[in-house]
Amino acid sequence: MLSAESLKKIDHEVTKYPADQKQSAVMSALAIAQDEKGWLANETMDFVAHYLGMPAIAVYEVATFYNMYNLQPVGRYKLTVCTNLPCALSGGNDAAARLKQKLGIGFNQTTADGKFTLKEGECMGACGDAPVLLVNNKRMCSFMSSDMIDQLLEELSK
Amino acid sequence: MTQLTQILLAGLNPSDPNDWRLRNYEQREGYTALRKILNEKIPPDAIIGEVKKSALRGRGGAGFPTGLKWSFMPKQYEGDKYLVCNSDEGEPGTFKDRDIMHHNPHSLIEGMAIGAYAMGIRTGYNYIHGEIWDTYERMEEAIDEARAAGLLGDNILGSGFSFQLYNHHGYGAYICGEETALLESLEGKKGQPRFKPPFPASFGLYGKPTTINNTETFASVPWIIRNGGEKFLQIGKPNNGGTKIFSVSGHVNKPGNYEVPMGTPFAKLLEMAGGMRGGRKLKACIPGGSSMPVLPGDIMMRTDMDYDSIAKAGSFLGSGAVIIMDDTTCMVKALERLSYFYYEESCGQCTPCREGTGWLYRVVHRIETGKGRIEDLDLLNNVADNIQGRTICALGDAAAMPVRAMIQHFRDEFIYHIEHKKCMV
Amino acid sequence: MTNIEIDGKQVSVPTGGTVMDGATQLGIYIPYFCYHKKLSIAANCRMCLVQVEKAPKPLPACSTPAVEGMKVSTHSAMAVASQKGQMEFLLINHPLDCPICDQGGECQLQDLAVGYGASASRYTEPKRVVVNKNLGPLISTDMTRCILCTRCVRFGQEIAGVMELGVAGRGEHAEILTFVDSTVDSELSGNMIDLCPVGALVSKPFRYSARTWELSRRKSVSPHCGLGSNLVVQIKLNRVMRVLPRENEEINECWLSDKDRFSYEGLNSEERLTTPMIKRDGQWQECDWHTALEFVANGLKAVQKQHGVQSIGALASPHSTLEELYLLQKLIRGLGSGNVDHRLRQSDFRSDSHLQGSPWLGMKIAEISQLKSALVIGSTLRKDHPLIAQRLRQAVKQGAHLNLINPVSDDLLTNVTNQAVVAPAAMAAMLAQILKAAAELKATKIPATLKDTVSSISVTDTARAIAASLIDNKPAAIFLGNLAQHHPQYADIHMLAQHIAQIAETSFGVLGEAANSVGAYLAGAVPGLGAVGIGGSSQVGANGNNASQMLGMSATPVAEPCRAFVLMNLEPEFDSYNPQQAMKTLAAAELVVMMSAYKKHVTSADYADVLLPIAPFTETSGTFINTEGRVQSFNGVVAPLGDARPAWKILRVLGNLLQLDGFDYETPEQVRAEIFLAGSDVSTQLSNRLGSFAVGEIGQVSEGLQRIGEVPIYQADPIVRRAESLQRTHDAMAPLAWMPGALLDRLGVQAGDMIKVKQGDGEALLPAARDDKLPANCVRVASAHPLTATLGAMFGEIMVERL
Ligand SMILES: Cc1cc2nc3c(=O)[nH]c(=O)nc-3n(C[C@H](O)[C@H](O)[C@H](O)COP(=O)(O)O)c2cc1C
Ligand code: SF4
Ligand code: FES
Repeated sequence: MLSAESLKKIDHEVTKYPADQKQSAVMSALAIAQDEKGWLANETMDFVAHYLGMPAIAVYEVATFYNMYNLQPVGRYKLTVCTNLPCALSGGNDAAARLKQKLGIGFNQTTADGKFTLKEGECMGACGDAPVLLVNNKRMCSFMSSDMIDQLLEELSK
Repeated sequence: MTQLTQILLAGLNPSDPNDWRLRNYEQREGYTALRKILNEKIPPDAIIGEVKKSALRGRGGAGFPTGLKWSFMPKQYEGDKYLVCNSDEGEPGTFKDRDIMHHNPHSLIEGMAIGAYAMGIRTGYNYIHGEIWDTYERMEEAIDEARAAGLLGDNILGSGFSFQLYNHHGYGAYICGEETALLESLEGKKGQPRFKPPFPASFGLYGKPTTINNTETFASVPWIIRNGGEKFLQIGKPNNGGTKIFSVSGHVNKPGNYEVPMGTPFAKLLEMAGGMRGGRKLKACIPGGSSMPVLPGDIMMRTDMDYDSIAKAGSFLGSGAVIIMDDTTCMVKALERLSYFYYEESCGQCTPCREGTGWLYRVVHRIETGKGRIEDLDLLNNVADNIQGRTICALGDAAAMPVRAMIQHFRDEFIYHIEHKKCMV
Repeated sequence: MTNIEIDGKQVSVPTGGTVMDGATQLGIYIPYFCYHKKLSIAANCRMCLVQVEKAPKPLPACSTPAVEGMKVSTHSAMAVASQKGQMEFLLINHPLDCPICDQGGECQLQDLAVGYGASASRYTEPKRVVVNKNLGPLISTDMTRCILCTRCVRFGQEIAGVMELGVAGRGEHAEILTFVDSTVDSELSGNMIDLCPVGALVSKPFRYSARTWELSRRKSVSPHCGLGSNLVVQIKLNRVMRVLPRENEEINECWLSDKDRFSYEGLNSEERLTTPMIKRDGQWQECDWHTALEFVANGLKAVQKQHGVQSIGALASPHSTLEELYLLQKLIRGLGSGNVDHRLRQSDFRSDSHLQGSPWLGMKIAEISQLKSALVIGSTLRKDHPLIAQRLRQAVKQGAHLNLINPVSDDLLTNVTNQAVVAPAAMAAMLAQILKAAAELKATKIPATLKDTVSSISVTDTARAIAASLIDNKPAAIFLGNLAQHHPQYADIHMLAQHIAQIAETSFGVLGEAANSVGAYLAGAVPGLGAVGIGGSSQVGANGNNASQMLGMSATPVAEPCRAFVLMNLEPEFDSYNPQQAMKTLAAAELVVMMSAYKKHVTSADYADVLLPIAPFTETSGTFINTEGRVQSFNGVVAPLGDARPAWKILRVLGNLLQLDGFDYETPEQVRAEIFLAGSDVSTQLSNRLGSFAVGEIGQVSEGLQRIGEVPIYQADPIVRRAESLQRTHDAMAPLAWMPGALLDRLGVQAGDMIKVKQGDGEALLPAARDDKLPANCVRVASAHPLTATLGAMFGEIMVERL
């Protein structure tokens, strides 16, 4: 179900917690699974549940509570742009508008070629660098002026 | 990362990509406090006493005296106790913990190790905001470095004291900044706050006594131990010890983190941040992160940046996020965005927050989109009243306070919006 | 104790108690939704906000600890304003569909809205809509009504022991659901319906069938497992519409198992027998009572005359009432026969002559919750006794050890400390190990009679751990479950367990399989047991034959086989140890009288000659003595269906027709008075001790494959078999032939393949299934099911073949 490499990563996370508290690793296990699969299908969540010895519904609760988990397939690049007030005061909405225009999609949509999904994000704790956006949950891009956005899209489109 | 670094960001060279490393930290007197404690076997109570003396108050938002919090941990408890660092920085406007962890991670590690020693704790977790992945990776590396150097793990520096520290990342839930939601999340559950009492000091992580502090709080500790609590207190004001990092965002020329002594006048801070963008007029400022009441610019200009002064002015220092708004800002729109945030981030557990945040947002949205009614202002206040102080955790208050303050200070603007179905600005 | 003041009244709350506890003690009502005395505190509804002196904000009564000297006002302006505020929040997204909601009339939200709600809504946005979920055949959902109190979720986690429901999503989007549309399969699931304070979870079988105010409520007692759960039966137009728990802290607390709750559907089954019927020339014909009873009396007399008194036998279900069982044995004994029994699934009767009383739980049901260690032998407790399992689950949560010996390792949804999953034939040997280990640990001698049996046995770690668990943790108890009672070496198992209990100084009990398993002994529905009977009133007849002998199952054939049978309240093809043999014997009998509430199975089988429609427990008064020896009498709640009659009345008339003495009762009270002699004390008649029974040779393992034939939860008695909704649950799934992987491989079949299962001269085609936790060479094939009724004994040799 998951690659040996992912399982190794999950096993490492499990070691961080007391032996009878494997469930603590569920957030990282889901993140690792998502990195491998792109999104969390039911089978994936079920697998993680078995792997950590948790009820499947408890895994589902977690997956639906934290909004960086993708419960639907997403494009190859998920772009999450922060539009919260501090960012908005420094161009967050402009960045979102630019992305929408360039990609031809709205929030929660994926481009026809399956490359990009656009998401509206909440504060990422980087307001000083506004506008900011995240690529696939992991890569933070700062000061995303229109030019920078164009550059980023070009880079990712390659 | 910018400017006037005194304690937390002291001596850092932002242009050196390796300045965060253990070696560099040690050159900045890093780990001398921990070494001293372990070498001299300083009694734990003396450390807590020193922290009390410093008047260090929690930097996570509530400003609770740290030394006092540490003294709540049961001393004779057999069995596991935990130390947890709250690096889930998600309060809109706040981005200081990220810089501490990114540029000075060992200050946090050392601070936690000292705290663990002082409270007789052997295991700690650092819960890091999900969106700052590179910071998580940095912390993982920093912990590895510390462990390799014998500064973390079993029998630290041969002292017999052991402390295991691990990083845990969030994955997109503001509520996990609330300390008990954070504990639930650490346990692998949804981040739903627990009702209190019992408090974490008696029933915390895995039901065990637990102390939770903010990143900046912990990172202040090594300096306090090195230089003495008294000296820390003197940097700031009575009851408001030390320096504080303010995250300045919004309509300023140089947004960023500024570490200044407690009690620094707001005007000075604004100046450090390069002044108002485009030379415009300061209309309003939220001085402590989006959950705190907004204050009009003129009041802010007369206020000093410390817990007590800001409280006197009618808001709170909170997490030290200073959101600056100039006269082009529509306060209805600003409130609409903030209300949306709390609506979006409510965990949904308790009735007033789950139902009330959506109601608040919808009414503000109605006003913003020109469908407001004049009674809506009373309704908003009333709904806010029914939320505030009624919820399991303080997210309810965080959603209610901005609404009430906005209407209080900018009522005209709301009325204008309702009557003219458009913005005043 | 902590002293606080609520609304000016003083109250002492136990240390650690809350304001809510204090209010409950004082009888002061504080509104609430999420609080429930049996569940953990969630404090999420915020409806219970009260004012506490010196507190700046209102505090939730349910989660605010009582602090010495605290002063609380539950009705101050602040408290009431807070409560009203919360009510408004709860209503903004709640549909106004009370007129079509099944909860209408018994809805906490509706009730409180009257007191705390505003007349007009200030919320003008569209209300939230939540899609419904399919939770299975028992619970119907209307999730838009859910107020997210999480009682249902906590019930699953804390009481049922399995988290099937959860809250997905967050904020306003939070909703109650199962993982990807799975159903809720807990055998206690119906309690979630009671717990749901609104109409989000309602009973699917009951849905839309009546408004609650049209129902009258009557008290009753559950006729299913040995617990004797207390019921409220709700009636409309002489029909049972719904069954709810009647709270009794000492028995079922506030819960019911799904079997107790939903079996009532079987009472209204199409298959109910409503007129007497006689088979003439192979054709079933309806007739009147007089004709039927004459037919029976004449038939019995004829057989008696031709073959002697011992050719008449009676078999009754232990789900029958005390009065019914008493009169049945009185009738048979009146005729001079001693052949009467209720233990149809028992196969080993060697210990009968050593019994000193009726086997019973050995303790109070409520004491189970206090146990610190328990050894359960031969039971999938969760399915056999759902609420006893629940009590043990709570005990385990408090740190008790649960030790198990069973041939299957079904998940009991609780932590098991030590578990020995052994083949049926190895169970007695396992007990011998524990006995040996216990004797070693206690440095006591093994009773001389057992020396030989035990000496050569080597003790495993598991056995030693179980012995230590029982010795070191007190109070402790050993229980014999249903499977142990059906076991071909029951007597040995019983005796060994008794010795372990003695040495380890634990309580010792037999879990009553049916509602009246204890009562059946005391009523005398057992062959010639002189010591048994309440107050010594039962007429002890000549030694008779037991169920196994009567049905020709015992290895040693009896001298005078039964030629006439009276069967009461049972279906021998499902309710006996070896249905194949039972059917053969009955088919060969000259007269088979069926007293039954149901006609199907009987009319299609060819063994019966006359059918007498009897009233089920809801249509007659009666008494059950539950597994702890508690006598619970009840009245009928509806009139008998059609021409059905209470069995005690039928037996009375039969007694008269047969000109037997002492059948002149006019009321059931008179029957009862005869059973319970004045001053008699049931507790003196209960005993699990076997006097001097000598344990046989144990540990010899037979060659071939062995059957493990348990009784599925929803096949255990005639009523539940006809409860349609229960029959659609996961637990009612058609039987599979479960085998360990090694055996499947040996046979060359895969899980899912149809295979042929053979026992004696019968066979069944069943899908194979894999369970690697089964002991080697064991095949688990459920009994008591139409698909397996052709097979033989519940235990013993079995053959499987690939097709
Ligand atoms: C909704 C909510 C969000 C919070 N977010 C944070 C946060 O991101 N970081 C933080 O340190 N404290 C946060 N807090 C405060 C914590 O609950 C807690 O008071 C703090 O971590 C204690 O550390 P301190 O005493 O060092 O401030 C939040 C509180 C609430 C109610
Ligand atoms: S379904 Fe009923 S019991 Fe469950 S959370 Fe909703 S209102 Fe509560
Ligand atoms: S009953 Fe107290 S909060 Fe629900």
